[in-house]
Amino acid sequence: MFAQQVVNAVMLGSVYAMVAVALTLSIGVLNFLNFSIPGLFMLGGMAVWALAHAGVPLPLAIAGALAVAAAASLVVERFTWRWMRTASPFVPLVSSMAFLLLFEHLAIAYWGSDMRVMPDALANGNWRFAGLVIGIPQLVGLICSVGLIAVLSLLLKHTRFGRALRTIAEDSETALILGVDIDRVVAAIFVVAGLFAAFAGVLFALNYRQVHPFMGEAVGLKAISAMIVGGMGNVWGSIVGGLVIGLAEVFAISYFGADFVDIAVFGFLLLILFVRPTGLFRGMQTVRAGI
Amino acid sequence: MSGYLEGVLVLLAINVVFAYGAFLPLAAGQLNLGLAGFAAIGAYCSAYLSTQFAVHPLIAIPLGALLSGLIALVVAVPVLRTRGIYLALATFALGQITKAAILNLAFIGGAAGYPVPSYVGLPVVLAFALGVAAVIPLLFATRFGIAVRAVHDDERVADLMGVEVRGFQIAAFTLGAMIAGIGGGLYAHHFSYIEAQYFNVGLSITIVLYVLLGGTQTTMGPLIGAAIFTLLPELLRESASWRYVVFAAGVIVLMVLRPQGLLTRGVFRRLFDWRHSRASARDAESLAEHAA
Repeated sequence: MFAQQVVNAVMLGSVYAMVAVALTLSIGVLNFLNFSIPGLFMLGGMAVWALAHAGVPLPLAIAGALAVAAAASLVVERFTWRWMRTASPFVPLVSSMAFLLLFEHLAIAYWGSDMRVMPDALANGNWRFAGLVIGIPQLVGLICSVGLIAVLSLLLKHTRFGRALRTIAEDSETALILGVDIDRVVAAIFVVAGLFAAFAGVLFALNYRQVHPFMGEAVGLKAISAMIVGGMGNVWGSIVGGLVIGLAEVFAISYFGADFVDIAVFGFLLLILFVRPTGLFRGMQTVRAGI
Repeated sequence: MSGYLEGVLVLLAINVVFAYGAFLPLAAGQLNLGLAGFAAIGAYCSAYLSTQFAVHPLIAIPLGALLSGLIALVVAVPVLRTRGIYLALATFALGQITKAAILNLAFIGGAAGYPVPSYVGLPVVLAFALGVAAVIPLLFATRFGIAVRAVHDDERVADLMGVEVRGFQIAAFTLGAMIAGIGGGLYAHHFSYIEAQYFNVGLSITIVLYVLLGGTQTTMGPLIGAAIFTLLPELLRESASWRYVVFAAGVIVLMVLRPQGLLTRGVFRRLFDWRHSRASARDAESLAEHAA
């Protein structure tokens, strides 16, 4: 029973970790808390449901959902970060909150506000191992999320794009002087963040088989906690943060009841903010020093 | 007065109270995303007092606000150690914890919600709203307002000028929570039923949006923001979800066009300060003389 709980927590934590990576990229490089990311998570989940429901084969449906979210994230970039340099730091934050509201209510307008169930298109096999039940989609999802985060981390460390990105995180004016095409790199950051959030949404839809226009809020709020726990701007920290929040949630549910979850998770978050605001791992300095 | 019009006015009045609750911390440079939690404390405390101890709502609502302010005062010290995004996130976590705690408290109904038998009508709600909308501008016309603005613009310079920075930050945070508590108490006693789910992060965000859209530079900003964004969606009430889509799109466009909010200090001066117009007229005259 205990081991099964750990398995469930790890699966949930990997979804939180993916969303937290999207958030942490935006905070670490642009110092921008992007509230539209939970909306992009929801768009990924809802779009994969809508496409699969319309009879599109699953791989195509996943690709379609990712494309929708990446495009939406570029729209967010146009109306938030581009205006940050001239305005107070609250402005892009407020606009991104408005985008979350916009995405949610567009989803309701198109698909209605009911809970939707994913069709049984994919072989939803379970793998039994030493008395544990591990869903195949869950396992694939876990491997994918850890793999993607590893790839992102390598990209940041070794490629020209990664260096440009870290220069912007350090000082965007210096980056401009050094010839970094800031607008392009920032657009790329938004696309990557959108893809991570949407992929997490797709995983969530496949694992838990339910989608809903407001599904982004609960997951997004937990992912924000995961990001802070892991240290803002630290990509690997997001994985640890996601797992910690996943474990805290699953064990709080099984030992204290579902109503206690928020107190446990957000109490932990508050404690970290008071005691160690930089998170468990070093945040932005780590981005600057090379992850 | 028709029931519909009365409903809209009540909503407007409560939103104005909430907006001033968000305005105080914002004027001091704090983004408080936990206001719904403080509104919930005010709502539940006043409802508990009027239900269990038959306290008159006119006394219970201020007492609820007082408790909200007391709790804010206690948490202000650790919360205000953080700043910027961290402060926003800490207040946000605080709001979530408050909501979750109410869900777990059986004596105020828990997840089932809490019925409030005693009722306050439109006149009382309106009176409270007008009171708040009158007191805050008066407060900001005093030394308090100047000090809070100074803290907002530059903490270090304010400190050098002898402003008690930490004290004014705590005062703005606590007063904001108290006003949000008044709004919560009014909501509870007008709608006769409260549930923890109403006081979610969405409410906190909407309240903050009113103020940022109206503008934080003048004390009329929250009033304008709350009025426009309560009344405008009423025109679109045929379709509930499209109305939010229009609201959200409006916010995005407005933030691009007027990032300081609708009503800025410059606009306010041009509209209401007669000296300004006379001075500019004099400038125009002297320019004309020079030209001649």
